[in-house]
Amino acid sequence: MAAVSMTVNGKAVTGDVEPRTLLVQFLRENLRLTGTHVGCDTSQCGACIVHIDGIAAKACTTLALQCEGAKITTIEGLAEPGGKLHPMQEAFREHHGLQCGYCTPGMIMSALDIVRRNGNNLDEHTIRDQLDGNICRCTGYHNIVKAIEAGAKAMAK
Amino acid sequence: MYNFTFHRPTTVRQAAGLLARNPDGKLLAGGHSLLPVMKQRLAQPSALVDLSLVEGMTGVELKGRSVVIGAMTRHADVANSQVLKDVMPGLAAVPGSIGDPQVRNRGTIGGSIANNDPNADYPAACLGLGATIITNKRRIAADDFFTGMFSTALEEGEIIVKVSFPVAKKAAYEKFKHPASGFALVGVFVSKRGPDIRVAVTGAGSNGVFRVKSFEEALKKRFSPKSIEGMSIPATGMNADIHASPEYRAHLVAVLARRALAKAND
Ligand SMILES: Cc1cc2nc3c(=O)[nH]c(=O)nc-3n(C[C@H](O)[C@H](O)[C@H](O)COP(=O)(O)OP(=O)(O)OC[C@H]3O[C@@H](n4cnc5c(N)ncnc54)[C@H](O)[C@@H]3O)c2cc1C
Ligand code: FES
Ligand code: FES
Repeated sequence: MAAVSMTVNGKAVTGDVEPRTLLVQFLRENLRLTGTHVGCDTSQCGACIVHIDGIAAKACTTLALQCEGAKITTIEGLAEPGGKLHPMQEAFREHHGLQCGYCTPGMIMSALDIVRRNGNNLDEHTIRDQLDGNICRCTGYHNIVKAIEAGAKAMAK
Repeated sequence: MYNFTFHRPTTVRQAAGLLARNPDGKLLAGGHSLLPVMKQRLAQPSALVDLSLVEGMTGVELKGRSVVIGAMTRHADVANSQVLKDVMPGLAAVPGSIGDPQVRNRGTIGGSIANNDPNADYPAACLGLGATIITNKRRIAADDFFTGMFSTALEEGEIIVKVSFPVAKKAAYEKFKHPASGFALVGVFVSKRGPDIRVAVTGAGSNGVFRVKSFEEALKKRFSPKSIEGMSIPATGMNADIHASPEYRAHLVAVLARRALAKAND
């Protein structure tokens, strides 16, 4: 076992893990933050996306020990303490950007990274292109794209 | 995944020492090729030596007439490098075409080259520009580095520290993406630097990345798609799998080479 410490959603956390523990396992099983999902075994679906030091990454393809000292943000870290949703979450609700919701945490963490890289004025083509690493089996993507466009604009306000 | 010990050296020397003490150990860069194969239990290193804290292994720099890229530089950082986009946008486009944004945020040039996946993009750029792979022990020309599918000239315990690309006046990459994986079904990198003309192909050959000498010869007169109009390469030695036949891959090589040439002349 090895000791690991990092900051998750603004809180300092520590744990004792096997070196093979994936970041997603550490988040879900040690910290009980089950909003980050696992949808595949091939690093392709994006259900596990979190931010590592502000940059989107697949938590299923990262070891917990690689994140020693890092700042992690998960879907649980977006809403305000009182429960008010983040503008991107609110946009997904408003635009019906989810059905079963399995892909949604990854979609939203990915959407925030699209805004980081491309700004608040996103066109449909950019959004679809940049969602390359997120798979949704329910929605057909249409409302997800609309939600991200609106959420990005709302974030600028 | 089988278990392993985990190490985080801060210098190349320490990393080399750890590899020497752990003969079944492996280097870990972005982990986006290695961790998936470990999850499938196709690899079981006894130790992982994480290079992410090693100093001096990241960044894109213009040095004389070469662009030198640290082995641990992430795909996204190479793709967004202003220096590189200014002097050789054709090379910057290569990491920009890899996988999806999250893969580009973690994967590194050193890991990609060391892995030498037969469908990976960077090997085509290295061979197509005549890059030099600089390790902790020596300098290896790209022509000698890629020795076959998933195999390279790297020796046990050898660490890629940087890759040096000569700046070519004309350089471009054209890739036919596999729609599901994002890897190159076929990718062609072309370049012209003075009299040195190169056409390198990834994804197609059953022995990994290769140069098309017949095209290079024909392009000596004029570096233009017209010079290879009507030319083709034989389907023997091309990959065959459920995604494409050898004939289709051979056909794509010629099509993509012409497109890359047009792009390079733009
Ligand atoms: C969903 C997905 C899609 C992808 N799509 C593409 C694509 O379209 N095109 C493409 O080219 N690639 C693609 N990749 C692969 C990706 O680019 C990998 O990041 C890359 O091939 C390996 O780089 P890494 O830094 O992640 O290396 P790692 O996985 O950490 O290491 C790979 C290998 O290289 C060795 N190694 C690492 N660094 C060094 C070094 N400095 N010196 C010596 N040996 C070293 C390791 O020991 C290991 O054997 C994809 C990956 C995924 C998961
Ligand atoms: S669970 Fe991480 S990409 Fe699918
Ligand atoms: S809403 Fe069900 S997978 Fe996307």
